[in-house]
Amino acid sequence: MNAPSLLEQYEDNWETAMGGCILGERVVFRGKDLFDDLGDSSWLELLYFGISGKYLKNEKLEFLNAAYVLCSSFPDPRVWNNRVVSLAGTARSTPCLAVAAATAVSEANIYGRRPDIRASDFVARGNSKHKKGESIESIVNHELKTYRGIPGFGRPLTSGDERIPPLLAKAKSLGLDRGEHLLFINKVQAYLKENRKRLSMNVAGLVSAIMADMGVTPKEHYLICILAFSAGFFPCFIDAEKKEEGAFFPLRISRVNYEGTDHPRIWGNKNE
Amino acid sequence: MTNKNKQETITTKIWNEIPEDDNPFAAKVSYCSGFDVYGDLLGKASYIEYLYLLFKLEPPSQNHALLLEGLAVALANPGIRDHSVRGAMNAGVGGSTHASALMAALAVGAGNLGGGREIYNMINYWEQCGTDINAWEQMIKEPPVEERADVWLAMEHAPGFDPNGASCTLPVKQVLAHMVNIGESDKLEWLQDNRERLEQFAECPLAMSGVAATVLYELQLSSDQAEMLYLLLRLPGAAVHSLEQEKLGWRRYPFFEDGLKLTNDPGPVKNKKIGV
Repeated sequence: MNAPSLLEQYEDNWETAMGGCILGERVVFRGKDLFDDLGDSSWLELLYFGISGKYLKNEKLEFLNAAYVLCSSFPDPRVWNNRVVSLAGTARSTPCLAVAAATAVSEANIYGRRPDIRASDFVARGNSKHKKGESIESIVNHELKTYRGIPGFGRPLTSGDERIPPLLAKAKSLGLDRGEHLLFINKVQAYLKENRKRLSMNVAGLVSAIMADMGVTPKEHYLICILAFSAGFFPCFIDAEKKEEGAFFPLRISRVNYEGTDHPRIWGNKNE
Repeated sequence: MTNKNKQETITTKIWNEIPEDDNPFAAKVSYCSGFDVYGDLLGKASYIEYLYLLFKLEPPSQNHALLLEGLAVALANPGIRDHSVRGAMNAGVGGSTHASALMAALAVGAGNLGGGREIYNMINYWEQCGTDINAWEQMIKEPPVEERADVWLAMEHAPGFDPNGASCTLPVKQVLAHMVNIGESDKLEWLQDNRERLEQFAECPLAMSGVAATVLYELQLSSDQAEMLYLLLRLPGAAVHSLEQEKLGWRRYPFFEDGLKLTNDPGPVKNKKIGV
């Protein structure tokens, strides 16, 4: 067993290339002077640089911005993460708590961060298998058989994805629609359609493929997506906060569909 | 206003309510799994018994109530140096909102190292291995490998064991012994009897999370329920330590002033003037 030598080694000793501040003087951000080297960056550039240590420029940065704008920040208070923000607003919590909670809630199974990481992982993994000679049929069947779904395909509530056409148009306009990962995922889409599988590509699949073609790893993709819904949170909070307290989708008692024990029980009764 | 006949509903087996005569939005009577919470249960059931009822929908046996009571005490304060408590104290010293302190404790204390996810993973080990020592050996030495990426990292140590431990600590042994004494539990007895062998497989000592996971498994909670209850039970310590540090202030809390070593500092920019 390890003695606590690892912990002793790290006591008051955090070596890092990620950054730090020399208070009252300057800030180092991944080896760069924040004010001097990075001061003219857009916020999205800085975000990506912080995640990857790489610069994303020109058409790639424009695509990432478009993905953030077109795909991910719908200020619809019915969507589950947005609803957390609206509930916080109606219950008069703070917007910071609301946005933090909604960001955490966005790491969901049916939308948000898990589909993101699963889609980018599938695109990278599937394309790698395909390049080694495995057929699309085999790759698709493996996913369906093992996981009962294909990351990047399918969507709750509706089968179509209205975000794909505008984002694809943007990718085309930027010359980012010819990469191997996008080609791969298009082949998957074609196979599913030909074989009448009721799954169509969702925007997570499309973004994952184009991001992979831009050289963004699945882990970087997951991290860059974490704040992607945030622009939609603020309008929801402001809306709920402006209205009367407690006014957001109130639920009367008859809205509770109770399916549990229906007879009244007495605590301590041995028959219970 | 909507058509009441078409209103969507929330389905539950946990909670039922009867409205006040003058307000369809206010409950006159609330039932938890059939028990009148404010008219009958209050004053009769202990907090621990009610907590158990909420998760299981049935009152606990005396043995299960004792186990959960013991676990709640053991976990209530993970200690001032615990990662999750430190998360909460960082909210406290900066004067952050109190909810953010608990959110910090939950976020930090959710993970694979001593957190909620460790409980989830160890319950899955219990479900697969039971009290078969050979199955545990294989599971620990050859843990399942997930082909796909996930938001959770793969475990870097056997769940329920402390990768930075030297030997099983006295509190872990004390809690395990207490649970064995009160619990009438084959699983807890098996864990106590086989602790040293399991530690050899894991190459590190049993942790408090390992005892907690075993108690929660003994209570027949699913891995999801166990993860959630463990997160909940560890919050009191985070709350009080955060409040204490809020009063004491940031000046009396470690900043690790000399602890950060930048390996790629570009140095001061030449001729830079610092504005006022």
